[in-house]
Amino acid sequence: MSNILELNKITKNYGDSTILRQVSLDIKKGSAFGLLGPNGAGKTTLIRIINQITAPDSGQIIFNGEAFKREHIAQIGYLPEERGLYRGMKVGDQSLYLAQLKGLSRKEAIERLKYWFKKLEMKGWWDKKIDELSKGMAQKVQFISTVIHEPKLLILDEPFTGFDPINANIIKNEILELKKKNTTIIFSTHRMESIEELCDDIALINKGECILKGKLNEVKKQFKENLFEVKTKDEISKVEGFEILNKKENTYLIKGNDSSVPNQLLQLLIPQTEIISFNELLPSINDIFIRKIKEQ
Amino acid sequence: MRKLFLIIQREYLSRIKKKSFIIMTLITPILFSGIIVIPVLLEVQGNEGRNIAVIDENTFIPQLFDEIGSNKFHYLDDVSIDMKSTLVGNYDAVLHIPKTGSLKDIQNKLSIYSNMQISLALKDDIENHLEEKLTLQQLVNFGLDPNKIEEAEININIETIVVGEDGEEVKGDSGASLGLGFISGFLIYIFIFMYGAMVMRSVIEEKTNRIIEVIISSVKPFQLMIGKITGVALVGLTQFILWVILGGIILTFAQNFFIPEVIPTGISNQQLEGSNEFLSMFKGISLLQFGLSFLFYFLGGYLLYGSLFAAVGSVVDQEADSQQFMLPITIPLILSFIMSQQIIDNPHGDIAFWASMFPLTSPIIMMVRLPFGVPTYELFLSMALLIVGFLGSIWLTAKIYRTGILMYGKKANYKEIWKWIKYKE
Repeated sequence: MSNILELNKITKNYGDSTILRQVSLDIKKGSAFGLLGPNGAGKTTLIRIINQITAPDSGQIIFNGEAFKREHIAQIGYLPEERGLYRGMKVGDQSLYLAQLKGLSRKEAIERLKYWFKKLEMKGWWDKKIDELSKGMAQKVQFISTVIHEPKLLILDEPFTGFDPINANIIKNEILELKKKNTTIIFSTHRMESIEELCDDIALINKGECILKGKLNEVKKQFKENLFEVKTKDEISKVEGFEILNKKENTYLIKGNDSSVPNQLLQLLIPQTEIISFNELLPSINDIFIRKIKEQ
Repeated sequence: MRKLFLIIQREYLSRIKKKSFIIMTLITPILFSGIIVIPVLLEVQGNEGRNIAVIDENTFIPQLFDEIGSNKFHYLDDVSIDMKSTLVGNYDAVLHIPKTGSLKDIQNKLSIYSNMQISLALKDDIENHLEEKLTLQQLVNFGLDPNKIEEAEININIETIVVGEDGEEVKGDSGASLGLGFISGFLIYIFIFMYGAMVMRSVIEEKTNRIIEVIISSVKPFQLMIGKITGVALVGLTQFILWVILGGIILTFAQNFFIPEVIPTGISNQQLEGSNEFLSMFKGISLLQFGLSFLFYFLGGYLLYGSLFAAVGSVVDQEADSQQFMLPITIPLILSFIMSQQIIDNPHGDIAFWASMFPLTSPIIMMVRLPFGVPTYELFLSMALLIVGFLGSIWLTAKIYRTGILMYGKKANYKEIWKWIKYKE
């Protein structure tokens, strides 16, 4: 699978302070990429560079196999964290304006807007002013403006904030559907559960540097603590080479060492009792995030 | 280019469609015409004939009144009659001349009685009329020949002639030049403030709305800024043209319908003569040249200041914070307005010359100077400098703008802004 975006040693300074230092990332076509990092890590600057809002001081960007150029922004959709719309403007006019700015013709824009308005149950909103909409409703309008030009690369900065659970779910499903259509998605969010749920790859940025990157599962395995959760029929007392950390009725938390594999534990347990459930506990992204940032 | 057009279109249409724009555009010429028409109307109304009784207790004063304007004066034979009962009759007012020893004594003794305050114009008319007649009478009393007195009167009216560069002599009128220069300077001052502030508010709006980041992920900040400034300029031009047209219609309407109805002769003819005279005063300056210069300095001044206002808008988060950055911009603007009064006194002095060259003051000062006659090379030099000026300010603003619009919640100061100017893209 080839890459839609390759960042190669991106560095950006503002005056004397370095915001990004030698950041390199590869984002695969059709993947969902989680961009993590604490506040002020440089995520927003990196995203702005990808959107050509600002340019890096040094480093290379390859978009879809070509050197990055102005025309490519028509293939990028961006939902910034700080978002808003012209409050006095009508929903329809505004969506049309933003769509046309992305390079769609008026006719095309109207057709696609009609499709999206219908899909997201926004019929009858066309002539309403943004002022008259609730925050969640305005977010829907904004989401449509982000995807209306069918971008190859979608950058979503905290896409779920401001939505109630129902609408957040609607948007999540739309994002998944876009992913199925081979749209690459970069998520920047603090909501780790959505990262775990949606992302294939992640990168962790701290103080302007990329300190961790890779496939979600591999990263998790890299940080695994050899913990297993086992539910058994009968009580067990001891497993050789393993340590029982916690026991709650017949559910045990068992820790092994770095060379332990699940089968080893199973082989030791099966003669003792009947196993009802067996689960290797991988660390959550949240744990990894906190551990990694604290290490620095 | 298509995106720039889209931005201009949005900036233009979203303002033109606003209720406040429509109301402002309609009301302003009505108000301004009102300022011109109402005094004329009042004068005409004041001239509605009144009947005034005159009670003269003396015998030595000749009968001075008969008619002044459309007011009729009636001398009453019965001088002992009570004022109140006279008023109750068919008179609007009673002029009382009490018994005095001599003409000189009369000065402070006259009074007018009326139920409702008489107009100032009527009072002035009576006073002027009396002064003239009684002074003449007094002179005759001193033994002067009335014919000689008339001969002794000298009225002076100086004609000003402007000698053009080509040696052509043209009659001008410094009073009219003064008025024209001052009014156009004032208009440019108002327009720059009005539309400049419009640009600033619009930049702040995009920033506080947080839509800015969405927009500039589609277009370059420079395109957005230029589109905005151009859009607002077009709004300004539209508004100005509508004002001229509406104002013209209202004034023509007022002239043709109101005034002749009230008084068929007199005022309207006078006004007509007046306006012809008014136009003839400007022979010293070509009206076309003046109009084009006005348009140029309006646009040039707006582009210069409008872009600076945009820069201010980009560095603040809300309008209330804009004060400290507004000051350095408004000072030259206010200063040139204050200076224009001096310029009128000495339109060809050193200060006038330099102020009309310096781009920050030239839009106003040159308009004030222009009606007094400015050498062509000076005009072109000033225009060229203004072009350089606004290109420079747009260049500078673009650098501040592209960084400023992305800075939320951080209070900028001049040092910070200086850093932004030095950033590479």
